Order: sequence, then structure tokens, then C-alpha cells
Amino acid sequence: MSRAGQQTFVYDRPPVIAAHASVAGPKEAQGPLAPWFDALLEDDLLGQKSWELAEMEMVRRCVMDALNQARMPAESVQALLGGDLNNQIIASSFAARALGMPFLGQYGACSTFVQALAVASALISGGFLDSAACVASSHFCTAERQFRFPLELGTQRPPQASWTATACGCALLKGEGEGLRITSGTLGRVIDLNITDANHMGAAMAPAVFDTLAAHFSDMGRRAEDYDLIATGDLGWIGRDLLLELCDAAGVSLPPDRLIDCGASLFYREQDAHAGGSGCGCVASVSCGWLMKRLERGELNRLLLVGSGAMLSPTSSQQGQSVPGIACAVSIERGR
Amino acid sequence: MSRQPFTPDRYRELVASHTPPSRQLRGYLRAFWVGGTICVLGQALTLWAEKLNLGEITAPMFTTSALIFLGTTLTGIGVYDRIGKYAGAGSAIPVTGFANSVAAPAIEFQREGAVMGVGARLFTLAGPVLAYGIASSVLVGIAYWLARGWVL
Amino acid sequence: MDTLWLFVKAFVVGGLICDVGQLLIMRTKLTNARILVLFVVSGVLLTALGLYKPLVDFAGAGATVPLTGFGYSLAMGAIEAVNRYGFWGAFVGGISRTAAGITAAIVFGLVNALVFKPHAKP
Repeated sequence: MSRAGQQTFVYDRPPVIAAHASVAGPKEAQGPLAPWFDALLEDDLLGQKSWELAEMEMVRRCVMDALNQARMPAESVQALLGGDLNNQIIASSFAARALGMPFLGQYGACSTFVQALAVASALISGGFLDSAACVASSHFCTAERQFRFPLELGTQRPPQASWTATACGCALLKGEGEGLRITSGTLGRVIDLNITDANHMGAAMAPAVFDTLAAHFSDMGRRAEDYDLIATGDLGWIGRDLLLELCDAAGVSLPPDRLIDCGASLFYREQDAHAGGSGCGCVASVSCGWLMKRLERGELNRLLLVGSGAMLSPTSSQQGQSVPGIACAVSIERGR
Repeated sequence: MSRQPFTPDRYRELVASHTPPSRQLRGYLRAFWVGGTICVLGQALTLWAEKLNLGEITAPMFTTSALIFLGTTLTGIGVYDRIGKYAGAGSAIPVTGFANSVAAPAIEFQREGAVMGVGARLFTLAGPVLAYGIASSVLVGIAYWLARGWVL
Repeated sequence: MDTLWLFVKAFVVGGLICDVGQLLIMRTKLTNARILVLFVVSGVLLTALGLYKPLVDFAGAGATVPLTGFGYSLAMGAIEAVNRYGFWGAFVGGISRTAAGITAAIVFGLVNALVFKPHAKP
């Protein structure tokens, strides 16, 4: 049985998370999760010539950190699955150039990391790969200049805007060994409830998260209570409330104490991140830095990680299109 | 097959009810005092220009150029974006804000080169302002020319 | 005392014009670029209708420093040049009168890009 329902992979040979690494930027290093991250950056530029090169370097360092933890040379990893927010995912592909691994580019906006986990797990479970590194990154300065305004422009952000995290997370998956296992993955449909405010990504993505959650529960015959924690990626404080409202109205049980949001966990409210953190690196760093460690410590046994992405581009928003959302989920379980 | 419990219209209402409003009064006060202060600075420069006997044509040029120099320099040292975050329209609407909109993309895109980076991006925000401002002034000039011909 | 009164007028009128912009930022979904365009074009039209000149006479820099004042200069320039050169003045006046400001913005903008590096936000 390697499939359940309409949208879910059930991994026959669930891959093991052999190592995981996280990097977080200077603002994230002031946040509540700072003690959990494996590396904190003091300089947004990492000694590079441009923000884009800095993001590539951050990805490279993060993957190298995971490889070192697992004591695996780069040549032994059979695939790198990764993505970011830059046009044509250059941060990941240029990092892949430096790392020399076979590369499979991923894009699911802020859900990219979870998408990479779901795809890599399927390839490993199916016997096509023995090992794969999954990585996703975002950098405030590359995202800001691509999606919004130049950094030096004096503008005000509305309260519903999110703050793109400067962060990266990498999980190294293997077919054999000890550790956390990825047991199932649910693909998401692109859902659009006609939110046109490109700043309001939590509102645009909450219906997609709801859709994927409902699909996962019905495909797997599970309920929220079967998980110790459901972690959504980058809905922010407002989007998290909207998700609870959606589940409530649809009669899908989702106890608020079992739901956390990575974007809402990354910053303190006083840090002026408005609706919370976002960006591919947010869910990647929070899950690799914090949630996987909590699983390993035995604080949690079964986690549902739901990454969500807003599938907009500067072109689509300038042309007045609404913001469609997507969400991808994987369940991660502790040993046995 | 839709699982969504809300129609888009109903969802929009729900989103609106969950979105915190901008802090209106605070926003107006900040925009008012910062914008007013920049104008007072402009007034002081105008008075200074009068003292220097710069004349009716050159005095406004002096004032405008000085304010633009201030706006671009504060942009370069990374201060204007902080003022803008605090004051909103208070620092965007004065001519210093126009200077900021020219200098900000020029600095940000310097790594894309001198021509297509700095040179082209210089006008990403100022371009529309100049295009529509100049075009509408030409229309006004033509309308005035027509009206004048009509009357005389 | 007269000087103080000049400053007070500039402060209040300039502040109020900025508050109109703040209203547009907070109450509408207009982007910053659209608001700036709206202000300049409004300045041009209000001047053409003869409504902005009295405000400039009253408030001085309070009316000329905001972007509506840039529109005022463009329109006044076009009108005065039509008086001097006839039809083609409409094409000359606007930029002539605002040339110092536009040139200053371009030159200082370029110099800035040479001198300064982009900053990250805290």
C-alpha cells in the first residue's frame, strides 16, 4: 500500500531523517527560537557581494552542516531537492553547483521545503534513491527587492504583511538507519478564494492549508488528535486564526493547543514582523531547528508538518490577479 | 470537489474581521508632524535664499535642490526608510520622498550594473511621476493655449 | 513674528497635505507609486483650475514642497511658456521650470548609487 485516497503517499519504506541543519539571520536570531538554530548569522551579506550570493552561500553552508552531522561526503548524496523564492530558484541551483550533487529543483513558494520532503521520501521509499538532501531558503533582502520595494524606500507595511525570514533548513534523508521517519505525504491542490491583497498571504493560504489538512485526515483516516502537534508553515498570526475558523465552520476538529504556525513562532510580536515570518526558509529552519529536535527529545511523537505557499508573482499581482495558495503536508514520526 | 466551508464573499468578510486595522490616529499625527516639519525646513531654505538675493527664479530651485540633496543623502545612509516607516505619507509626499524614490532603487540595483541596474532602475518609481506629471502639464498648456485663442 | 507665522502656515498646510496621502495609504489599496502619480497630476489640475496658486501664496513651502507643488510648478511653467512662446510653450514650460529639481534628483541619485551600499533592515 503506497497510496491513500486522492492525494496522499504512504511510504512503504519510510525514509529516515539522518541529519538536519538550520541557519537563521540576524533578526531571527533576536527571536524566541534563536537557541534552537544550528547557526546564527551576524551579517545578512555573509561576506558576499550581493544578497543573492549571500542566500546561495547560506544554502551551501546549511547543506554542508547537515552532511557533516551525518558524516557523509557530498558525493555520497544521490540528490539535492531544493528551492527558494528567487526567480528561477537561483539560490538553490547555484548552491547545487557548488555542492556537485544531482539537483532536482522544487518550487512551492513557502511550502517548498515540505514539498521537497514529500517528493524525496517518495523517491527513497520507491527505491530510486538511497539518500537525498532537502533544502529550502529565503532571504529578506532578496525577496523584498524582487516582490516588493527596494530596501531603502521609505514605505509603511500594513499590519497583515508578513516578514520574509532570512533562514535556511536542510534535512538529509536516507533509506536506512535510525532516526525520525517520514511516514506519509499529502500533496495539495491550488486553492483560491479570491484574495487580491498580495500583502495578505496568511489569508490567501489558510484555505489551501485547510484543504490539504482535510484531505490528509480523510485519506489517512486520521484526526487532528492523532498528532501531538500540527505545524503549519507561514500562515502567521492572522492566518492561523483564519485556519481555526475554517476548520470550525467545516466541522473538522482542530484543537488550538495542537496547532502551531512556524511563521508565528519565529518572531516575538514586539519584533515588528507584523503578521509573522514567511518565506521558504521559515518553515524549513523552524522544522529542522526546532520541531525535529523536539521529536528527537521525545517531547513529541507524531508531527504533521504542513507547508503553505502563496503562488503569486510580481507579474500576476501587477496584472490584478488574486493570490492562489497551496499546501503540502508530511507526517514525521519518532522511531519504531 | 470543494471542501471549503465559505464562499469567497463570506471568506472575505471573515478575513476583514480578523485583520487588525492600521492605527489611524497615530498614522495621521505622525504623517502630519513629519510632513509639516519638512515643509518648515523648505520654508526656512526659501527665506535663506531670499537673504542670499537668489531671485524669484533661482530661489525655488535652490530650495528644491537642497531638499532633494537631503532626501537622497538620508536614503544613502539608510535613514530615510526608517523615517518612512514611521511617518508614511509624511515623508513620502514631500519632494524629499520623490528624491528617496529615485535614490532607493538606484542604490538597491547597483549590483545589476551601471546601465540596466542603476540607470534604468532610477526611474522605476520616479518614471511614472514624471511621465504623468509632464504629460498632464502639456495638456494643461495646450488647453490654456486653446482657451486663450478663444478669448482673445 | 511674521516669520513665525510663515513657518506655522507652512507646517500646518504641508502636514495636512501629507495627511491626505496618509488617508489614501490607510483607507485604500492604492500602491505608493499610484499615490505619488495622483498627487502630481492633482497638483497640475488644481493649478490649471486656478485653485492651487492661492494656496501657494498663503502657505509658501507648505504648498510647494509636497508633490502637489511639483505639479503646480509643471502647470505654471507650461502656462507661462504658452504666454511667451505660444503653442510650443506647452511642450517646453513644464520641464523648464522643474529642471533643477529633476536634474538634482537624477544626479544626486546617481552619486548616491556610487557612494553608498544597500542596507539590510533591522
